[in-house]
Amino acid sequence: MKLIIAYVQPERLTAVKQALYEKEIFKLSVTNALGCGQQRGYRESYRGVAMEVNLLKKVRVEIAVNDDFVQATIDAVIAGARTGKIGDGKIFVTDLADCIRIRTGETGEDAIG
Amino acid sequence: MKTHVIKLLALSLLLISGGVFAQELDSTVGTIVASGNGMVDTVTAVVETAEEAGTSAEMFRVNNTWMMVSIFLVFIMHLGFATVETGLTRAKNTVNILFKNTAIVAIGLLTYALIGFNLMYPGESWFLKGILGFAGFGIGLPEGVDATMAEAGAAAFTYGGGGYTYWTDFLFQGMFAATAATIVSGAVAERIKLGPFLIFCVLYVMLVYPFVGSWVWGGGWLTVGGNLKGLVGEKGFHDFAGSTLVHSVGGWGALAGILVLGPRMGKYVGGITRPIMGHSMPLLTIGVFLLWLGWFGFNGGSVLSAEPVLASYVLVTTSLAAAAGIVGSMLTSWTVQKHPDLSMVLNGCLAGLVGITAGADVVNIIPAILIGLICGAVAVLSVMAFDRLKIDDPVGATTVHLVCGILGTLFVGVFSPEFSVITQLTGVLAYGVVCFPAALIIFLVLKLTVGLRVSEEEELKGLDLGEHGMESYHGFQIFTAQ
Repeated sequence: MKLIIAYVQPERLTAVKQALYEKEIFKLSVTNALGCGQQRGYRESYRGVAMEVNLLKKVRVEIAVNDDFVQATIDAVIAGARTGKIGDGKIFVTDLADCIRIRTGETGEDAIG
Repeated sequence: MKTHVIKLLALSLLLISGGVFAQELDSTVGTIVASGNGMVDTVTAVVETAEEAGTSAEMFRVNNTWMMVSIFLVFIMHLGFATVETGLTRAKNTVNILFKNTAIVAIGLLTYALIGFNLMYPGESWFLKGILGFAGFGIGLPEGVDATMAEAGAAAFTYGGGGYTYWTDFLFQGMFAATAATIVSGAVAERIKLGPFLIFCVLYVMLVYPFVGSWVWGGGWLTVGGNLKGLVGEKGFHDFAGSTLVHSVGGWGALAGILVLGPRMGKYVGGITRPIMGHSMPLLTIGVFLLWLGWFGFNGGSVLSAEPVLASYVLVTTSLAAAAGIVGSMLTSWTVQKHPDLSMVLNGCLAGLVGITAGADVVNIIPAILIGLICGAVAVLSVMAFDRLKIDDPVGATTVHLVCGILGTLFVGVFSPEFSVITQLTGVLAYGVVCFPAALIIFLVLKLTVGLRVSEEEELKGLDLGEHGMESYHGFQIFTAQ
C-alpha cells in the first residue's frame, strides 16, 4: 500500500480528477495548500506598492492505493497536471503502514479498494 | 403546479409569436384587458388638468426634487449591477468585475456630457430627419433658459414642461446611459481583456446608445410626431422607461460580445454543460434588491415629473411585476429544475422589472402582474436555452435584458389597447437590426486588432491577477480549482 501525495496547480485539478477517473481511481482527498517551490512566486501590487508573493496557491491531492495501482495513479496525475511549465507541482510516494475503514472495521488492502 | 407552469409557458409562447391581439387571447386575459383601461384614462385626465392649470413655481421645485431623487436611485443601480455580476462569477475575477463597473460609470457620464446627450436629444438639429441628429458637443443651458429661477422666470419652466431643469434632465439621462454597457459587462465576464472591453464601452455608450435612443426619446421616427407615420401608425412606439431603448440595447451588445468571445473554459466540455458556480449568493441578492430600489427611480423618474397619481401608479406596477417575476421564476425553477434555484429566482425578479419597464405607465394592475409572471418564467427557461445553445452568459444578461426587454415591449401592445403589437415589434426589430451588428462589428474589429480574450493561462489563474495584479479576497482561502 502506498500513499501518493501530489501538489498541483489549482486550475489543473479538474483535469487531474478526470484523468484519475479514466484509470478508475475514484477515491481521493483534496485540500488547499500554500507552497513555495521552483516557481518562486509572482508580483502583486496593492495601492501602488509592489509585493512579492512567494507562497503560491496549490492543491494537495492525497490518494491511498494498493501497489498495483501506484503507476496508474502517478501516470494519471501527470497526465492531468502537466503543462510543461515551472510550477506544475510534485508527486510524493510513501509507504502506508495500514488503513482502516471506520464503518466496517476492514483493514489493509480491503479498506483501500 | 406543473399545469400552471405549462399554461404560463403556453401563454408566453402565444405572446412571443407577436401576431396575437388581446381579443384572441384566453377569455380571462381578454376581460382583464377590456376592463383595464379605466385607470390609465384617469391618469391621463389628471395630467391634462395639471397642464391646463399651469405649473406653479412650487410644483416645479417639487417635480425637480423628485427627478433628482430618481437620479440618486438610478445611480445606485450601478452598485446593484456590480454586486450582481460579482456574486454570479468566481472569486478570482472579482477585482476585474468591480473595476469594469467603476470605469463604466465614468465612461457613461463623461461621454454623455461630451456627445451622448446631444446625440440622443438633438432637438431640431436632425441630419436625417428622425433618424440621426446632433445638437453639438458638450452640455450647457439652451438659449433662453437661465440658470436662476428668478431671472429666467417662465423660461426655466418651459424647458421640461415644469417637470425638471436642464441639468436634472442631463444627469437623469446620463445615469441611464452607462447601463447599456454595464449589461454587456456581466455577459462577457471572466474572459474579456480589460482594455478592449473599455474601448467597446466608449464606442457603444457614446455613439450607438444615444443614436438609437433618439428614435424614440429624442422625438425621432418611431414617435407619433416622427416622419414615418406609415410605419408606426397613429399610436407610435411606446417604450416608457427603456425595455427596448436601454435594456435590449445592452442585451444586443451582450449577445454580440459573447458570440465573438466564445464560452468560458470548462463550461461546455465534450457536449456536456458544466455549471461554473458564482461565488457569492449574498452579493447577488444585495445587488438585485439594490436594482429593484433603483428601478423606483428608473421607472418612477421616467414619469418626468412628480405627478402624484401617475408616479405612484408606476411604482405599483413596477413592484408588482418584480414580485410576480419572483413567483413566476420560482414556480418554473421548482418544476423544471427540481430544486428552487435562488440565482434563477433573482434573475426572474430582474426579468419582471425589465419586462414592466416598457409599459409601467399604461398597463393595468393584473396585466402588470401577468407580465412579471411570464417574464419570470421565461427567464428560467431562457437561461437554460442559452446554455443548450452553448452561448455562455455567466450572469444571464441576455435573458434578463434582451429576451425580457423584447417581451416587455411587445406586451405593451398586447395589454394596452392604446398601442399595437405590430408597431411595438417594428421598434424591437429596428433596435436589433442596428445594435446587434454595430456591437458585433466593434467586437470583431477589436478581436482582429488588439485581441479580445485573455490567454488560457490568465483565464485559469483569474483576471484579478492577470489584468490587475491584485486579489479581491486577500487573506481568505478560496478553492480556485475551477
